[in-house]
Formats: sequence, structure tokens, C-alpha cells
Amino acid sequence: MSPAPATEVPAGPPAASPASEPVVAMTGITIQFPGVKALDDVSLRLFPGEVHALMGENGAGKSTLIKALTGVYPYDAGTVTLAGVEQRFTSPADAQAAGISTVYQEVNLCPNLTVTENIVLGREPRRRGSIDKRASRERARRVLAELHLDIDPRSVLGSHPIAVQQLVAIARAVDTDARVLVLDEPTSSLDAGEVAELFRVVRSLRERGVAILFVSHFLEQVYEISDRMTVLRNGRLVGEHRTADLPRTELVRAMIGRELATLEDLERAAPRPVEDGAVPRLSASGLGRRGAVEPADVAVHAGRVVGLAGLLGSGRTELTRLLFGADRATAGRVEVDGRPVRLRSPRSAIAQGIAFLSEDRKGEGVVGDLTVRDNVLLALQARRGWLRPIPRKAGDEMVARYIRALDVRPADPGALLRNLSGGNQQKVLLARWLLTEPRLLLLDEPTRGIDIGAKAQIQELVARLASEGMSVVFVSAELEEVLRICDSVVVLRDRHVVADLDASDTSLDGVVDLIARGDTRD
Amino acid sequence: MTDTPAAARPRPATGLLDRARRSPVLWAVAALGVLLLFNAVANPGFFSLRIQDGHLFGNLVNVVKNVAPVLLIAVGMTLVIATRGIDLSVGAVLAISGSVAFTIVEGAADPSSGATAALAIGVAVAAGLVLGAWNGFLVSVVGIQPIIATLVLMTAGRGIAMLVTDGNIVTAENPVFDWLGGGFLLGLPVQVVITALVLLAVGVFTRRTALGVLIEAVGVNPAAARLAGVRARSITFTVYVFVALVAAVAGLMVTANVSAADANRAGLFIELDAILAVVIGGTSLAGGRYSLTGTVVGALILQTLTTTVLTMGLPDEYIRLFKAVVIIMVFLLQAPRVRAALRRRRRPGAAAPAGTAGSPATPGPVPPEPVRPPVPVPGTVPGRSAEQGVLR
Amino acid sequence: MTVSDTRPPEAPDRPATPAAASRPGWQGAVRRWLRSTSTGSSTVSVLMTGVLLVVLFGAGSVRYENFGYPQVALNLLVDNAYLIVLAVGMTFVILTGGIDLSSGAVVALGTVMAASLLQAGWPAPLVIAAVLATGSLLGWLMGLAIHGLQLQPFIVTLAGMFLARGICFAISGPSIPIQDDLFTAVAINVVELPGGTFLSYGAVLALVVVALAAYVLHRTRFGRTVYAIGGSESSAALMGLAVGRTKVGVYVISGFCSALGGLLFSVYILSGWSLHGIGLELDAIAAVVIGGTLLVGGRGLVVGSLLGVLVLGTIKALIDFDGGLNSWWTKITIGVLLLVFVVLQRLTSRRAGTAS
Repeated sequence: MSPAPATEVPAGPPAASPASEPVVAMTGITIQFPGVKALDDVSLRLFPGEVHALMGENGAGKSTLIKALTGVYPYDAGTVTLAGVEQRFTSPADAQAAGISTVYQEVNLCPNLTVTENIVLGREPRRRGSIDKRASRERARRVLAELHLDIDPRSVLGSHPIAVQQLVAIARAVDTDARVLVLDEPTSSLDAGEVAELFRVVRSLRERGVAILFVSHFLEQVYEISDRMTVLRNGRLVGEHRTADLPRTELVRAMIGRELATLEDLERAAPRPVEDGAVPRLSASGLGRRGAVEPADVAVHAGRVVGLAGLLGSGRTELTRLLFGADRATAGRVEVDGRPVRLRSPRSAIAQGIAFLSEDRKGEGVVGDLTVRDNVLLALQARRGWLRPIPRKAGDEMVARYIRALDVRPADPGALLRNLSGGNQQKVLLARWLLTEPRLLLLDEPTRGIDIGAKAQIQELVARLASEGMSVVFVSAELEEVLRICDSVVVLRDRHVVADLDASDTSLDGVVDLIARGDTRD
Repeated sequence: MTDTPAAARPRPATGLLDRARRSPVLWAVAALGVLLLFNAVANPGFFSLRIQDGHLFGNLVNVVKNVAPVLLIAVGMTLVIATRGIDLSVGAVLAISGSVAFTIVEGAADPSSGATAALAIGVAVAAGLVLGAWNGFLVSVVGIQPIIATLVLMTAGRGIAMLVTDGNIVTAENPVFDWLGGGFLLGLPVQVVITALVLLAVGVFTRRTALGVLIEAVGVNPAAARLAGVRARSITFTVYVFVALVAAVAGLMVTANVSAADANRAGLFIELDAILAVVIGGTSLAGGRYSLTGTVVGALILQTLTTTVLTMGLPDEYIRLFKAVVIIMVFLLQAPRVRAALRRRRRPGAAAPAGTAGSPATPGPVPPEPVRPPVPVPGTVPGRSAEQGVLR
Repeated sequence: MTVSDTRPPEAPDRPATPAAASRPGWQGAVRRWLRSTSTGSSTVSVLMTGVLLVVLFGAGSVRYENFGYPQVALNLLVDNAYLIVLAVGMTFVILTGGIDLSSGAVVALGTVMAASLLQAGWPAPLVIAAVLATGSLLGWLMGLAIHGLQLQPFIVTLAGMFLARGICFAISGPSIPIQDDLFTAVAINVVELPGGTFLSYGAVLALVVVALAAYVLHRTRFGRTVYAIGGSESSAALMGLAVGRTKVGVYVISGFCSALGGLLFSVYILSGWSLHGIGLELDAIAAVVIGGTLLVGGRGLVVGSLLGVLVLGTIKALIDFDGGLNSWWTKITIGVLLLVFVVLQRLTSRRAGTAS
């Protein structure tokens, strides 16, 4: 119950900048959604030439605050001033015109147009009323050169990887002469090299006096790039700090408050031993897919939790998908209980008693317009085939049991799944798979983007399932989590498996080292 | 961050009245009611029924008989639309089916025998199945957008039908087709009975088995359905085959009605009427949840409108105009924005009850063995300001 | 990974030329040109349509005597002028990812309005203005319903189609002949071209419309916004573009083009009838698709639609010339062509999808 000493930290302007006037000052912002105060009296100050991190757990109100700043949401109370002048933006275009540009997590540019067009769109140089293509291209080239980016301005945006598209989005912001640049989780789909490139550009913008509001889940990145930070929790301001003055543990405590205790409470389960000569429940040898993950060996024994650790794009998700037949492998063999099987499709994997929770909850898990009941029963029903419907009463009972066991809220089987929060949606999807009584559960980032309570519940559930004999493959970007609940950890880097460790004698630093180390596979 | 807006959204209504008010079907039913009421006032004879030779006659029977082919196709179309698809080629399939059937009857050695009719019907239905399989193949295997995939057959289909009939209007007389066109079964027109049976069969098949929910799952989120082990591809394929099958049957009906197969004009624009019926009935073109009842009501609205115009002695040119007006009105009422505005006006300032997401929604028995005691959930539990106050 | 091409700070003044563009020889030049069109892949599909047109026409010239004359080629423009204009309007709509099913009915409405107003003694210029205004108004209303009420274009324009046909019938069921001097003069007189060939005024107007549309699409912010919306509507909105105005605008343009197509059709056929142009919207859509425009929006060129119409026209001409073939082969051939193009588009987009 001891939050960071919030209010008494009068974190002033960053040392780097002598400016004392904030370029953006949001004061007392309150946004009331029906039934919820999404933001309650939140303030934020942004100074020219600083990188300011906006921190908070999911649901803390970060996105809402950004949307209030950029004119997407109207706010019920409070003021926003830009360079001392009060503003009330009614659309993103408004905010952009005033010098506030936003780069979103999923790139909001047009993939069908060229890089040039994406940079100048809406503000094209014109000559006698018509767009001057040559001048457009020159301007794009100039902006890209300013940021030291080697991107062909004539190439079509969609032909570039996400990282480059994100840099183009920043170039667009620079082209608008943005005084304020909002980066909303720009790094979540980038690899280490791409992040470095992004940060190089961010630093050069900081030197030019641009105020940068940076939202990220990755603490390392926040500590690497930011000068100051504002921490939100539950729609309220917890504090404003100089990054250098706030130790990580304090930050985490401020972000998750007393809930941290519940996570620490989770005892690390005693490692479950593998009997000598036991046939693994699933073993893959040389399993790989061209362009996604290099051939790898994985074995999961009964009652064991195997973690896959690595950065995004390391192949951890790709490997998991191969184990489920969600993508087809181009190499390798898979055996279940010692019998060779071919995983051509999710159906063939399900027939082997494998279940898979996708990292893309919205895109590949939630069937939003159906009820909680229908969602829970979906996989079981699909396996039974449409001709053998689950009897209504039996279905109701099963659904009620799982809603209770997993503490799904609201506990209403008739609610549409899209109306539930992320954590509860995840529990429903877990219920969907548990109902099929799988022997191997593949969980790809099951705790990402959900609130901390649900997170703890899911972690404990995994431990319990394993103790009951289920095999689990657990993929997570959070190493602490992986080490806490897994018995062994497979580490991936650059689409290769680089290590297979016993979790009990592995330290966090050891895994970080493996993930971050340069090139050991040659 | 998705948590806050999700919790903020009003929960789905649980009350019957509330649910009905949200249901788009309600508006369609209301529209049908208004139409019938108008007829009752303007044309008192509209509702009179009489029984002659054990057969039922009257305006309402005409409505139901004339709606049969459209409704039949609309039932199939409902399933297609539920999977996020659309089938523009049903009119062409209808024309092909009729042309094939009558060309066979006309060319047979004994045009009036039952065997000829059976052969004709069999081949026509088989043709429908093949064409449906073609559409299904393009959509589910090749992965072409449904609207374009079926546009191909829509364009080429009438050409194929004319190829079959050699460009002529084929006329033929056969007792089986005469019966199909004007016969009665159990006192009702044969076509009505067939349509009712198909409707019933589809209703039972989709709602008593799990097919309906699997179709909806595919329509709402195909990727998730596939990962959950749903045979998304074969379900998609099957609905296209089914809609072509019913279109072929409708083709036999339409052709039997006039004892002639007109490759050019038979079933012209019937795909649009069928789609309209589905959409008026409250099934969204975006796929997902569907309502067969709504489709029936939608088709009845369209047909009642036509019959109303005709019984009022107006030239049938006005049918389209009235159709357009009614459609526009129904759509306006169904438009999410309009409905939201109406709701706001009805309950000024009313917001969803606070804290529904976090507070125990059902005061049922305490779970005997929860995985762990409920943990306060930040972000999803609104209004816990007392606790937060400590932190400030 | 492309980001690794980070340069040291001294690099920026060197222009960032891609390897492909600096490649010597004609391939490099072609590639450069394709890139510089900013619609690279659309240009390729348009070229494909062009090649198809040349092949079809060449085959006709070899197979049938009298086919290879320049006037036969020009007649493609003359006979399809109204369809070209229609396809131009449809291209705008399809580029935003929408569809307009009402255009055939608006053509009919145009002919009926023109014929009946002329019959009523209105001066021709006023009639033309009234028809064009009606088409634009109808398009504007549909655009408002689509953008403002977030209804699906398919359904809204379907209702528009019923409305337009309904109004046609309400004005006049039977066909009305047109005897107005201006209309007949435009119908009879032609623009003489060298070599004893000619174009009708309608065909010239259609070409002007194509040129104008190409200019608007590529050289105005409105046009670029059309492409942006087709690429990603939400992005376009977040980039601060005038999404609403543009979306309504394309339906106004389509309504205007349909009305103009109706005027050209009434000049071509010198009558107004409520059953004119049934299924014309499908021909227009087919022409646009064959012309290389993606039905999901964001990619395509208006020139492609012109070529698409000419391909359809050539097929009709070929079948007319043959005499042995029946008219239904036209429909079947168009269907097959549509299929080929759609499958090709699907395959190329699939390849593009795996590449990125």
C-alpha cells in the first residue's frame, strides 16, 4: 500500500532544456465514460526538447489521455494549453494543424500509396492548383534525409516492414513541423535493431526541440530514452518524475501499486521432474517454416510447463503456431506420445489433444458478436461437428462451471463477448480450450494486455493445470513471468533456438544475456 | 487500454422488452404491421379468404404464393450473408435451372410423362449444385471476394442459360410442372408448402444442430473460427452450394408458373430482392448473427408492398418507387446512428448502470472452489475511488 | 531488415536512390518509370489490359476482313461513349472501396428526364443542366446515407437504383422519342479526323471526361484522398484528410457521370425509356475490374477503366462480326474474362501478401 511518493515530486523541466514553459499543459482532465471515470483529474506537462514517458498498466488511462490530447475524445473537465494558449481540439486534423502529431502502434498510413505521398498527403505542394509531384518528392526526400533515413520516397509504403512504415509516420510528423510528437507504443512490434533506429530518430528530434510523448510497455526502453515520466493508475495521476530519479522498482510499484504483492505471493512451483526414459507428450524435431522460424527441437513432457522466451520476431510465436498447425511447417517431424503425427491444420492438432491460445486475442480468438456461452462452447462444438450439438442443459452447466472457476465477469453467459474487458475475454478463451480437455496447451502471450488481477489468475491456473498433468507451452515477452511459472525455458533469437534451459537453475540475467547476446550460433 | 471502453459500453439488455427494442427485426415487423394495417383500412377485401374446392384463395394467399421463390432464395442468402458473403448469381442460376428443365421437357420423346419431369427436375437441381459448387470453390478455396466471385457467374450465367435455350423462350406442358405452378397441397399452393418445408428444415437444421452457431462464428471472425477448429472452409462452401440449390428450385417454380423458360428475364433482379429481404430482416451484410424470421418478414414486406400497389389499382410501375421508399425508411430506422439517436431521446441522460463489469452480476450461490479469491481488477473496476484516494 | 541501412550523419546529402532505379538499361528505365507513376502495380495491370485489347483487336483483324480498319477501332469509342463515362464514375467509387449499383438506373432516369422535358418544351441546355443536377443530387443523397449513417454502399445504392427506376416509371412508362434539334445535331454530326475517320461528339466528350478524371485523381488533393481512403479509411481520417467530404464526393461524381452517361445514351439512341440501361452498372463494374482496379479500393487507374470498356466493346464487335456466334457468347466471354482477371488479381495480391 505504499505508492511512490507521488505528489511531492515537483519534477521540473528536463535539465537539457532551459525552457521553463511547457509546450503542452493538460490540467485536471476528466473523462467520463458511461459508468466509468476513464480519467479523473489528470495533469500532464510536456516541455520542448524532452522525451516524456507516459506509464501505466493496461486500463490506467494512457490511451485515453492521448486521445484527449489529440482531439479524438472530448473531455468533460480540465484544460489543454498549447504554448500557453488554451485549445480544444475536436479532431485529429485539428491537433495536427496545431502541431501535435501522433504515431500509433498499428501504423496509420496508407499502404497503397508511396512513401512520398504518405509524408505529404493533405499538404501537398501545389502549383497553379494542381499537385506538384516533383516538389512533393523533393520535400519527402529532404525530410527523410533530415532524419538520416535511407528510404526510397517513390516506393510503395506497403512494400516496407512495419518498422520502416513507422519511421515514415515520424517523417510525416516532422514534415508537419510538429512541436509535439506522440508515440503510442511504437516499439511493440519492432526488433532490437529497429528500436535502436527509432530511438536514434527520436533523439535527433529531441535535439531539435520537439516534445515527445512516449508510451511503451518496455521498461528498458523507457529508461533508455525518456527524460521524465508521468505515471497513471486507474485513470488517476500517480506522479510525475525525472526518469533518473525513479528506480525501476519504484516505478513498477507506482504503476501497479499494491497488486505487486499478489504477484510476489505467487510461489514458484516446485519443479516437476521428468522421469528417465519417459516419452514426451509432444516432441518436435527439426520443426521449422521457411522465412518464419529455423528448424528447432522442442519436447514437452506431461505435467511440465515449457516457456518460449525471446523478443518479438525471434520465432517464439511462429514456432508455437507450427505446433498447432495454424501455419504449416516446411520442415521437421512432430510426435505425440511417441507416435508421428502430421499437423496440417488446427483441426488435426485439436484431434491430437492440442489447444492454442493466440497472441492476437481480438483477431484470432474473440468471436465478439457471439455470446460468452457460444464462445466457450465453440471449440468443443467444432470438434463434435455440427451434427452433434451439445445439449442445451449440459452446455449451460459447463459454461456456468467455467465462468465460476475462472471468475469471468460479468458472470453472464448471455453477454456478448466483445463487451467484456480484455482479461475476461482471455478467461473465456481459456475456458473454450479447457473444455476440450487438451493434453497440451499452447499459450501465446496469454497475459499480455490484460489487467494484473486476471494475469495472476491465469498464471496460477497454468500452474494448477500442470500439476494436474497437463503439458503447457507458455510464450511470454515477460521473462519474470516465464521464469516464475515454467519448468524449462527455450530461448529463441533471430528465428533460432539458442538454448534450452532448466528454469530452476537459470537466472533472469542469464536469459536476458542469451536473448541479447550478439552472435553465438556461428 | 481496451478495458475501459469495453467496460463503459452498455451491457447487452437482458429484459425481453429491452432486447426486442434493440432487435432490428422489430422494425421490420412494425413496417409489415403498418403495411397490413394500411391495407385493412384502404382495401377491406384484402384480408378476406375463401375456400374453393378445398383450396384457399385470397390476397394474403397470393402474397404468400408470390413470395415463395424470393423467400426460398432469401433463406439461402441469409446463410451466405451470415458467413460474410453474398451471392449475386442466384438470378442467373434460377434462369439456368428453368432453361435446363424446360429444354429437357420440350425435347423429350414424351413431354408430358412423369419420368420426363423427374429427369428435368433432377438435371436442373444438379446444375444448381454444380454452379453453387463453382461459386463455393471460388470463394472458399481460391479466396476471391464473394461479391466478385459471384459477379462472374451473374454475368456469364444468363449467357449460359441462353446457350441452353438457344436464345428462345422455351414453352412446354407437363402435368408435374403444371402442378408445381398452380397446384395445391393440403389446401395451400404447392410452392408455399415447399417453401415452408425448406424454411422449417433450415430452421431446424441450423438451430437444433450447431450449424447455425458455427456459421455465425465464421461470419463474425473467420480466423478465430478456424483456430477453434471450425471447418470454416467447408461451411462457406456449403452455404454457396445450398443457396444455388434453392435458387434452382426457385427456377423450377418460376418457370412452372408461366409454363415457359425465359433465359433473359426469368428471375431478373431476384438476387437484389433476396438480399433486400435479408437485410430488411435485420441480418447485417457484415456477417455474423442472422435471423431467418427476419428474412421471412423482410420478404413478406416486399411482396405485400407489391400486392398492395396492384390491389389499389396503381400501375405496377409504382412498385419500385414504393419499394425504394419503404426500404429507405426501414434502413434509416435500422442505421446504428439513427437508432442511437432515438435511444438517447427516449432516455435522456440515461447511462448504463455503473460498475456492472466489476460487481458480481449474478447473486447466485458462492462458487464452491474458485481458482483464487477475486482480485480487485484495476481498469475494469470503475468507481473504486475510495481506495485510490489513499494513494493521492 | 531494411532499417539496418542506417547511415552515418554525413550521408544525407547523397540522394537516397534505390538500387533498382539506378540499374542501367531499358529494364531500369521501365522500373524507374513504373515507380515514378506512384501506382506501379496498377500500371502493370493496366498494361495487361492494354495488351489484351491489342491482342483481341489484332485477332479480329486477322480473322475478319473489314475489322482492321481504324474506323472500327474508333467506333468502339463511339458506341461505348456512355459506358466509358459511367465506368469513370464507377472508378472513383470503387477506388474508395465502395460500389454504385444505381448507375444503370440513373442512366435510364437521365434518358427519361431528357426526353420528357424536351417533349414538354424545355430548352435543351436547361434540360441538360436539370438531368446533371438530378444525377448529382441523387449521388449526394446516397453519399450522405453511406457516410453519415454508416450504411453499406451496396444497400444504399441498391435503394438508389430502385428509386431511380421508380421515378423513371412514374415519369413515363413507354418510350419517348427525342426530336430536339440540339440532341439530333449532336447525334448526327461528327468530328472529322484525318484518313476519312471520325468520332462522335459523345466519344470526344467521353475522352475529355477520362482526361479530367485522371487529372482530378492524380493532381488534386481530393483525388489523392480518394486513393488514401481506399488504402485505409481510418488512417486517412487520422492523417487529417477530409474523409467525409471525399466519400460523399465520389458518389456525387458517380451520380453526375451516370446522368451524363444518360444524356450520351439518349443522344446515341434518341429516345428516353425507363428500361434503358438495365444491368449497365454491371458492365461498368466489369470494365473497371478488367481495367485493373481492385474492388477493395486503393489501387487502379481511370485509363484502365477506359481500356476495360474498350475490351468489352471489342468482344461485342468480334461477336457481331462473326455472325455465326450468338449474342449470348458476349456475356459468357465477359464472365470468363472477369474470372481470369479476378483470379490474376487474387494471385498477385497473394504474392504481395507473402512478400511483405
